[in-house]
Amino acid sequence: MSDLTQLSLEAALAGLKAKEFSSVEITKAHIDACMDAAVLNTFITTDFENAMKSAEKSDAKLAKGEGGSLEGAPLGIKDLYCTEGLKTTAGSKILGNFMPHYESTVTANMKADGMVMLGKLNMDEFAMGSSNETSYYGSVVNPWKNGENLVPGGSSGGSAAAVAANICLGASATDTGGSIRQPASFTGTTGIKPTYGRCSRWGVVAFASSLDQAGPITRTVKDSAIMLQSMAGFDAKDSTSINKALPDFSAACDKGVKGMKIGIPKEYTMDSMPSEIEDLWQQGIKWLESCGAEIVHVSLPHTKYALPAYYIVAPAEASSNLARYDGMRYGERIEGDNLYDTYERTRAEGFGKEVRRRIMIGTYVLSAGYYDAYYLKAQKVRTKIADDFKAVWGKCDALLTPTCPSSAFAIGRKVVDPVTMYLNDVFTVTANLAGLPAMSVPAALDNNGLPLGLQIIGRPLDEETVFAASAALEKCADFTAKPEKWWV
Amino acid sequence: MSDKNTGVTAETVRKIARLSRLHIEPDRLEFLADEMNGLLVWIEQLGEVDVTGTQPMTSAVEMDAPMRCDEITDGGMQEKVLANAPKSEAGYFVVPRSVE
Repeated sequence: MSDLTQLSLEAALAGLKAKEFSSVEITKAHIDACMDAAVLNTFITTDFENAMKSAEKSDAKLAKGEGGSLEGAPLGIKDLYCTEGLKTTAGSKILGNFMPHYESTVTANMKADGMVMLGKLNMDEFAMGSSNETSYYGSVVNPWKNGENLVPGGSSGGSAAAVAANICLGASATDTGGSIRQPASFTGTTGIKPTYGRCSRWGVVAFASSLDQAGPITRTVKDSAIMLQSMAGFDAKDSTSINKALPDFSAACDKGVKGMKIGIPKEYTMDSMPSEIEDLWQQGIKWLESCGAEIVHVSLPHTKYALPAYYIVAPAEASSNLARYDGMRYGERIEGDNLYDTYERTRAEGFGKEVRRRIMIGTYVLSAGYYDAYYLKAQKVRTKIADDFKAVWGKCDALLTPTCPSSAFAIGRKVVDPVTMYLNDVFTVTANLAGLPAMSVPAALDNNGLPLGLQIIGRPLDEETVFAASAALEKCADFTAKPEKWWV
Repeated sequence: MSDKNTGVTAETVRKIARLSRLHIEPDRLEFLADEMNGLLVWIEQLGEVDVTGTQPMTSAVEMDAPMRCDEITDGGMQEKVLANAPKSEAGYFVVPRSVE
């Protein structure tokens, strides 16, 4: 039954509906694959027993011709989503024993649609990282290898690696600065960050609230459409949730790009970027042209300021959001000499280095005397970046860019300067700052045999065009490479 | 960006750590000051952007703040609320003494 793990989510759902195999069979096949792949460290918590029970329930529904849009499909959930009765750590020591008594809206939607949840996937601590190396629960290993063990990207590294290794049919993830798209690019998978507000943030552990968005990582563009359809939707419990009807994302995948105007922003390149990424970008342009799209060259002049603006806004919001971890109401507590000492020791021991660094930066830029110089300035630059996009939407329907300036790098690569790590998100962070939908599609292997992605960015609320252009790219790229299964 | 705000010193780090409620050993202060200065120098490039007349962004997607009735919709879950407490007793959180 091992071939059941090779299916796309779309094919698996069709097979389940047609009763070619049962949910118990496909779930069991994935659980076996998960156990074989333990060395990849993709899961923080597995929940195989309950997964098998869910599968049985799904089979009962499917037998009667009932069931939701994800009925019986074994999926993984990033450990940032609170799941009732299943430990949720956010990759942090401070939430090491946190057992939510409520369910995030997104996972509740997926459960209502019949998802079989295999467990909780590893991630950078509080989603702060681009390599999954900041997780308290250890690095995730990328299924793709180049002699040495490579990072899967971050922060949704467990989600991306699990989908690439065929141990989950798809996975939920989140994206604050590129945390869905960069790991998708590093692992040869597909992922979309929808428009800010499409997916409810309720029950998702907060990092930077004005940037955080949920989305899927999957093996195909259509699979992402299927998952996003379930995950997204208005939720009164999130005051930034968008109260608009969802378009049919799957139907959008078949629309094609004939007559579509695709913008090529000249600023999406950098000095250290390998020429093969530049070449792939040019190839992507030719692919879309061959499908009938019209190519328009555009400029987004404030692109280079996106990353520094992000590293003010995101830490500022994080320092505020993470103030709740004080060891009083939940989470780990380290007793000190007095109340303040208890707070300080609890947080110093409970948070890892990168999280402490961002809390400190965030506190500094919000502190008296510096608020205007840093935070207010960054929010104004953010307006400039959003205005750049508004200006180009008069000329084109979507943008094509590389997803990342590099392919996956080695675990433990010595990084002296944190900025070197932050540069991973240089092409993805703009869509977060402006709230735009953006998708990464695997497009080619580099000279070392590692996957590279291309990114499609769309107008606010226009995921349909993003899906249409991404599906066209996917068809032209015909990316069928899979990592050699060295971990079994 | 103003001209004089890049000089994060060990003393600044000590203050920020206090505001952040993070315990830092005194021998780490200098190192962290250097690290913060490194990041701030990189962030300083925002100074090149002319933002005269630009409004700060407050929302990624333009929409009106939603309104709702001021009524109780939730509650009566003391056990659930206390379930993850490091210490609790008789339906309360138990916290270190805060008033001497």
